[in-house]
Amino acid sequence: MKLRFFGRQSQPLVCQQVVEMVTDYLEGALSATDRARFETHLAGCPHCTEYLAQIRETIRLAGRITPEDLSPEMRTDLTQLYRRWRSEG
Amino acid sequence: MREAGRAETVTEPPRPASAFSCTLPTMEPDGSDEWLLRGLRSGDEQAFSTLVDRYYGSMIRLALSFVRSRAVAEEVVQDTWLAMLRGLGAFEGRSTLKTWLFSILVNRARTTGAREARSVPVADAGPVVDASRFGPSGEWAEPPELWIEEAESRVDAEKLRHLLRTAIDGLPARQREVVLLRDVEDLTSAEVCEVLAVSEGNQRVLLHRGRAKLRQALENSLRGSIDDLSGGEAR
Repeated sequence: MKLRFFGRQSQPLVCQQVVEMVTDYLEGALSATDRARFETHLAGCPHCTEYLAQIRETIRLAGRITPEDLSPEMRTDLTQLYRRWRSEG
Repeated sequence: MREAGRAETVTEPPRPASAFSCTLPTMEPDGSDEWLLRGLRSGDEQAFSTLVDRYYGSMIRLALSFVRSRAVAEEVVQDTWLAMLRGLGAFEGRSTLKTWLFSILVNRARTTGAREARSVPVADAGPVVDASRFGPSGEWAEPPELWIEEAESRVDAEKLRHLLRTAIDGLPARQREVVLLRDVEDLTSAEVCEVLAVSEGNQRVLLHRGRAKLRQALENSLRGSIDDLSGGEAR
């Protein structure tokens, strides 16, 4: 299935194929052959290397998003909820 | 294997070695979820409060991916905590607490019915990078514009977070859910599949599309000058 998607195994990948394989690459979901083709392309293509670096940076930045804080009202509500549960026994 | 042991166990079946070990007698008070879970079971309000602090914001954010209004999202989160407490006795620690909480939340949010049935497996097809950016033989014609350095050294961290939050909010719901869980909450792909009840393959497709859109949003905003950031929805 993957082979049909990314072209014949013997052919080198083109950039447009490489960008579609980035997530599978990062997830370790490529076959050994496709992984090698991917890395071969990357070694000779600064643009795709940059694209991959940008996806990695995007992931890193997403990981730094901080969740909002709890409001005092919600804290009170939830504390009451816990007490209610505790008294349910 | 462990089947025999499992068959005769009354309360807690043996768990796989990878699962967490909240019932081990040697546990230190380390503030971990497992430790707090113990506190919860013994009625420690402070433990509950600490857990709520830890996950409330993430839960609201995730809930808002399923329901439209803030008030409904808050209700879903409250329901989730109550369901979690009521399920505490049966929780065996096969998943992490976080994954378990998120699973309950997603189920609740879905059954709240605030969103249309989600039966379409993977929406939105087509390439993740606009085809017009490639030449006839598939090589870059309009290559990625550089912005990593801008993001790392020149853009204010708060602005960057705002930018990314806005971009995540703008993703189609299913992509947003996967990106939130995977990249913002740092769940493993297996955990994301468990929480959202999607296959590994679908999860990867959704992640692929979502990440590509976020990258594009960053490129759009960060290329060139920092001033671009203040345009549009940033105000």
